[in-house]
Amino acid sequence: MNATIELEATGKKSNFEILPKVTPAGEISGEFLEVSMGPHHPSTHGVFRMDVTLDGERVVKLKPVFGYLHRNHEKIAEGTAYLASMPYTDRLDYFCSMTNNWAYALAVEKLAGLQVPERAEYIRVITAELTRLQNHACLCGFLLQDMGALGTPLMYAFREREKILDLFEALSGSRMMCNYMRFGGCRVDLSPGWIEETKRVVENFPRFLDEFERLLSENEILIARTQGVGVLPAPLAINASITGPMLRASGVNYDLRKADKYGIYERFQFRVPLGDHGDVYDRYMVRVLEMRESLKILQAALRDIPPGPISDPKAKVRNFRPKAGEAYGRIEAPKGELGFYLISDGSPNPYRYRVRPPSLINLTILEDMCLGHIIPDVVVILGSVDIVLGEVDR
Amino acid sequence: MLGEGIIKGMTETARNFFGSYIDSDRLVTVQYPEQRLPLKENTRNFPFLVHDGDDPEKGLRCVACKICEKECPPQCIFIVLERDEKGKPQKHPKVFDLDISVCMSCQICVEVCPFDAIKMDTEFELSHDDRFRGLLLDKKQLAKPNHYYHKIHPVEAAEVDERLAAEKAKAEAKAKAAAAPKPAAGPAAATAGKPAAPRQPVPA
Ligand code: SF4
Ligand code: SF4
Repeated sequence: MNATIELEATGKKSNFEILPKVTPAGEISGEFLEVSMGPHHPSTHGVFRMDVTLDGERVVKLKPVFGYLHRNHEKIAEGTAYLASMPYTDRLDYFCSMTNNWAYALAVEKLAGLQVPERAEYIRVITAELTRLQNHACLCGFLLQDMGALGTPLMYAFREREKILDLFEALSGSRMMCNYMRFGGCRVDLSPGWIEETKRVVENFPRFLDEFERLLSENEILIARTQGVGVLPAPLAINASITGPMLRASGVNYDLRKADKYGIYERFQFRVPLGDHGDVYDRYMVRVLEMRESLKILQAALRDIPPGPISDPKAKVRNFRPKAGEAYGRIEAPKGELGFYLISDGSPNPYRYRVRPPSLINLTILEDMCLGHIIPDVVVILGSVDIVLGEVDR
Repeated sequence: MLGEGIIKGMTETARNFFGSYIDSDRLVTVQYPEQRLPLKENTRNFPFLVHDGDDPEKGLRCVACKICEKECPPQCIFIVLERDEKGKPQKHPKVFDLDISVCMSCQICVEVCPFDAIKMDTEFELSHDDRFRGLLLDKKQLAKPNHYYHKIHPVEAAEVDERLAAEKAKAEAKAKAAAAPKPAAGPAAATAGKPAAPRQPVPA
């Protein structure tokens, strides 16, 4: 087989030189092997398949194949009332139902011109930052699990996550499928006890982060496995419209909480952690640092939350018909920019309903990050993208 | 030194392991089913129908208005309105089926019900060996008394009772006013029979 032709076919130049079996003349001895990783591979975080072409153990070509968890979310939403899609958004990225709710509520509020009361905005910030904490904690646990740190870090992360999910359950009634936000506000009010409990969780969270970092951030094996692996250069990340911690790990300062100032984020002091290598280690560290920043936002929000109504009195539960028009609501979800695009024709259900899922778009760049790496690295790189297949396939 | 980070990490694991003998905060697992955690006040699982008094048939608050059937996102409620021999609607469901294998516990039926007739249960041990009939609950299985509602969601139930009592008192006052021969009584009587305003958010 002629290696140069194969090279052109994949259209990628990077990393190919380091392949051990490439002769100076550019020829590869031996044959390529095509492997189908998934859809039931434990490392793929759900039902996701990669068609990997290998030269020895090095990746020459990688094709992500998704759609195994397709549930027709957008079409269903176009056939039901606006409110009835709210519980379905919980099931997009089932780690972060609160932020999914928020993004959808934001789009509908823009469409219908609803005003969110002050207290509800605070509640939204609090729940969204709690969601970010638990999502990032789990991601770090899963990432380390993918690297072979079986169990321990993941269980530590889940122990913390459980505390946050308990808060969500006390607030909304459900641990993961919260279905909590409503157009123009939130469903139920916070009780004083809930705020006290949340303060306690937030206060104790840095202890967990310190522990987690002592456990692994300096670990030589972790560093060897992640530094310089899966490098995503900033221009490529921008061109591929990567968002979220992945983009920031490549050194691009773009956080919708700062750039878009949706909700009341301009009232909070927080910094946006940036990486500068764009490798897996940076993506891991950016998330750890983001958790620390989220804690600052949470402390401020829990301190300042004012009393008041939690819902726009104009918002209707039944017979909700926004006037004809279109709206795009986007937020900085833990995984990246989550957007909902809605077109209304004045009927009770949206004419067009479209989700911009961050995981899917971040996943499209997988091949470029994986070329030239070996299979165990592919697993780690995929883990660092932070995907949830419910959101990728919808 | 190479390996320093690994040793540091191991100490952390050891601290957690030995710490679990003294610090209950580090020992988080519970030996379910022998040991159970108390459920949260707002916990929700599947809906049930509230009935007042002891008779689950007569006391049912549901008037079979079918709003929940229409609004339920996965369409798992099936209602047939009861009619007497002449075909007059009876404000009572003849059939009220809820397929909990389809229900996604979203609570939208509870929010849209104008009569506070359907509420969320906290019962979660519902596994059944018949996956078709066993998980399709009918009116009898769904009906639960109001004091059960008070037991599982005390705060919310108290508010609902208060609201219902206030509405009842208002309706009675209006009915009385309507009974008295006054010219202004017409529209008041018309509103008295109308469903109450949709459920307002209940503080946790
Ligand atoms: S909305 Fe309430 S009263 Fe109407 S049918 Fe459903 S449960 Fe019965
Ligand atoms: S909880 Fe949701 S899915 Fe279940 S019956 Fe009510 S509306 Fe339908």
